[in-house]
Amino acid sequence: MTTQTPVISCANVWKLFGPHPKKYLANMPAGRSFDDIRKDGYIAGVRDVSVDINRGEMLVVMGLSGSGKSTLVRCFSRLHEITGGTIEVDGQDIMALNDRDLIELRRNKMGMVFQSFGLLPHRTVLENVAFPLEMRGQDRHDRRERALEVIKLVGLEGREEYFPRELSGGQQQRVGIARSLAIEPDIWFLDEPFSALDPLIRREMQDEFLRLQEMLGKTIVFITHDFDEALRLADRIAIMKDGAIEQCDTPDQIVLNPATPYVRKFTEDIEKSRVVHARVLATPMNGHIPDGTPIRAGATILQLARQLVNETREELPVANGNGELIGILNRQEALDVLLGEG
Amino acid sequence: MAVAQTNVAVPAPTLTRMRVAQILLAAAVLLAAARPVLPEFLIRVPEWAVLPYNVWMQALFDFIKDDLGLIHLTRGISAVLEVLLDITANLLYGKHRWPFFEPIPWTAIAAGAAVIGYWLGGWRLAAVAGGTFVWVALIGQWNLAMQTMSVIVVAAPVAFLLGLLLGIAAWKSSRFERFLAPILSILQTLPFFTYLLPAVIFFKVGPTAGCVATIVYAIPPMVLMTTLGLKKVSPEVVEAGNMAGSTRWQMLRHVYLPAARTEILVGVNQVIMLCLAMVVLTAFIGMPGLGAKLLSLMNSLKLGRSFEIGVTIVLIAVTLDRLSKAWVVKQPEHFERGTSWAARHKYLVGGIAAFAAFYVLAQFVQVADHITRKQELSMGSEIDDVIRAALANDTVTAVTGWLRWFLITWVLIPFRNALLWLPTPSVLLAIAAAGYAVGGRKSALTVLAFFGIVALTGWWDRSIITLYAVVCAVILAMLIGLPLGIAAARNPRWANPILLACDTMQTFPSFIYLIPAIMLFSVNDVAVVFAILIFATVPLTRYTIEGMRAVPEELIEAADMAGASRNQKLMKVQLPLALPTMAVGFNQAIMFAFFMVIIAAFIGTQDLGQELQRTLAGNDLGKNFVLGMCVSLMALTFNHIIMRWSNDRRKALGVG
Repeated sequence: MTTQTPVISCANVWKLFGPHPKKYLANMPAGRSFDDIRKDGYIAGVRDVSVDINRGEMLVVMGLSGSGKSTLVRCFSRLHEITGGTIEVDGQDIMALNDRDLIELRRNKMGMVFQSFGLLPHRTVLENVAFPLEMRGQDRHDRRERALEVIKLVGLEGREEYFPRELSGGQQQRVGIARSLAIEPDIWFLDEPFSALDPLIRREMQDEFLRLQEMLGKTIVFITHDFDEALRLADRIAIMKDGAIEQCDTPDQIVLNPATPYVRKFTEDIEKSRVVHARVLATPMNGHIPDGTPIRAGATILQLARQLVNETREELPVANGNGELIGILNRQEALDVLLGEG
Repeated sequence: MAVAQTNVAVPAPTLTRMRVAQILLAAAVLLAAARPVLPEFLIRVPEWAVLPYNVWMQALFDFIKDDLGLIHLTRGISAVLEVLLDITANLLYGKHRWPFFEPIPWTAIAAGAAVIGYWLGGWRLAAVAGGTFVWVALIGQWNLAMQTMSVIVVAAPVAFLLGLLLGIAAWKSSRFERFLAPILSILQTLPFFTYLLPAVIFFKVGPTAGCVATIVYAIPPMVLMTTLGLKKVSPEVVEAGNMAGSTRWQMLRHVYLPAARTEILVGVNQVIMLCLAMVVLTAFIGMPGLGAKLLSLMNSLKLGRSFEIGVTIVLIAVTLDRLSKAWVVKQPEHFERGTSWAARHKYLVGGIAAFAAFYVLAQFVQVADHITRKQELSMGSEIDDVIRAALANDTVTAVTGWLRWFLITWVLIPFRNALLWLPTPSVLLAIAAAGYAVGGRKSALTVLAFFGIVALTGWWDRSIITLYAVVCAVILAMLIGLPLGIAAARNPRWANPILLACDTMQTFPSFIYLIPAIMLFSVNDVAVVFAILIFATVPLTRYTIEGMRAVPEELIEAADMAGASRNQKLMKVQLPLALPTMAVGFNQAIMFAFFMVIIAAFIGTQDLGQELQRTLAGNDLGKNFVLGMCVSLMALTFNHIIMRWSNDRRKALGVG
């Protein structure tokens, strides 16, 4: 798994907004903070970000508005030109691509979903979904076929001839999702796709999204400002502040071991037992095997709560999905997490 | 501003903007007061200092026309336009030109218009569109109206296309936009006489010149709306287009232009309305049609027939405006899958069917084809008698007579004489003071340059007379428009009908406003002022209502909770917040007034308009252009001061 090359690999990426960003960055002394840079008349959208995204992984980029998360994702697809650093997609430096190759890359490898949907108001659902196919010159019959297929996938059958304004917010975002999937992209960018929706619909769309992801297994970069959403969906979370990544890790690690005070503040109000899995708390067995039936490694501490409270053993064996023992869970430690003292 | 006042007690360390403005104004007053002892050259720009702009301009035009050979290009363009105009003229009113068809029967056109009306806005618009053409035919003005329409149907699409292309270019290149912006604002303030003469010289007399003048006149708003619309396309839609891998052409064709549809269609609406307004005015260069007829009828004071033509023009204006506005808001509707082609295009099919049916009918029934003189229902002479009788009524004559006397002897003449009495430098200083007060040194220098050029042309007195009519009329318009607007805004039941009335009146070609003015006051200064007055009241009322209505509901509620009385609320909350918007209305009123005062030339004013109209007879392009620039520069001065103030104020208030 870890030996394969990452799908997106970025190293020391900078994105500055201002009159002469390239020149400024070249002469900038190291260690300038966001505020220092602002005093010099530049806005640092992305500050020295290095992150790799692996095949089939869902990376959630989390941060408050203005933290640079949208800017970073737009750098991945070169909707923004970066000021410094390198970004490679499938080993190819995207900053080196000419216009035509960039268009080819977007036509074949990338899909994106937008916060306010970004639907073309003068096109029907079908025409919107078929739009990327039309752009790459697929013939009318083919693209219609494919568009109908994805429309069915997102559950909008029967609405093909509707115009965006005739749909609810949730339905419009389904169109956005269908459009981004039409070309069967390898990489799927979602920029706060559910933020404009009301909470009940948002929940429903998240479930729908997880269902799709399970089916399609894409490499995903998902932006959100909602920490709960991030915890619910992510394989890994990258928390951003002032253009820089504060911490990039699994949800369990972020709530258990926040790297900076800023991340700690985010995790304070989170009920950790909902996030932390038994697998993460388990320590190596070192030859010692506790008695009794093992608990599931993939269960969260909250799901194990009743058992943990009623349990008489101090140490519990943890088994993965195949029934193999992978470690030992200390009951006290788990109870601490459950009570929010971990 | 408040700071300047409090600083008076303390020795002011630096000159605030207001302070400088006050000093400039004081100098202006001082100069005026010292007039009796001033040497001649400080009262008016002396003869020897007047710059011969007209000679320069003439030389420049001659150079462009003959030496650069522009005349050949323009003659080439006019040949193409002429072919187009001949085709429409042949189809609409049977001018004997290629393709030598019979004119289209009026019933077929009316039916087609009704179907378009129905498609865009249901039965009501169908009635408006169809009804207009029925009226035009029955009143016996079909050929006149079609002469006018034949120019519009050529000019409007050409202006649309050129405007769209220029708009796209300005959006693509900010350098081109900066280059275009001042040209557009001059074009928008240039009096229409200045469009006409170059058009005649470069593009032959007659419909072609009229068509060219109309096109040039209608382009600026199309350019501005296109650029605005393209800039407003949501960034996410643009990004979605980019992520779909669109090429640049695909982006423009499939993303930008369709997404800017609303603004572009608003531009289309404005193009059509400006074309109509201008095409009526091309009567002054001898273009046949409704405008020419109206002009000759008004010259011979045939009020009844003028009135009928006025109604026709108004109806056409309302129809064109309502149809194009309905098109703006018309959203596509979806069809269920499996709907047949005919059902999807039922309006197109219906329109063609109706058109064809009446076309065939007209081959057999003469009345359906054209209305003869004997069949028409014009009541021109009867209306004439009624109007004359009504106006001859003692009370009416007493009121208008008194008004005329009062305005001329107590308002207009004294005001005009006072303005003329002022020394030129004094006026310049006062203008500079106003500029300084709103925008500091840069604004002061700009407006000073504008008015300075006017002073150096040697047309100062004529310019001042133009200015006097404008100022008088706008002040009177404010006395009517502002209270009306405030009253309407405070009473929601009245606001909508009055806004609708203002909207409708703004679509009328300006020429129309002269009809009641001449009816009531016959031919003199009062009629001019009256015509400007009604024309300028409309934007004042409208923007007052809109400004007042835009005040956030929360602020009104906050004022209510603070225990403000109705008047306190008006004075302390609504008016201050509405003022920037009202200023926009004031600006528009002044621009309208400058436009109108020039048209009024033909009822005998002594201002720039009169001189301008005289130049039309000859080919003194230089002089024509200089006079036009005088009007334009004065208008731009007001525009600069008012809009600068309004924008700054808006920013300060954090609204818009």
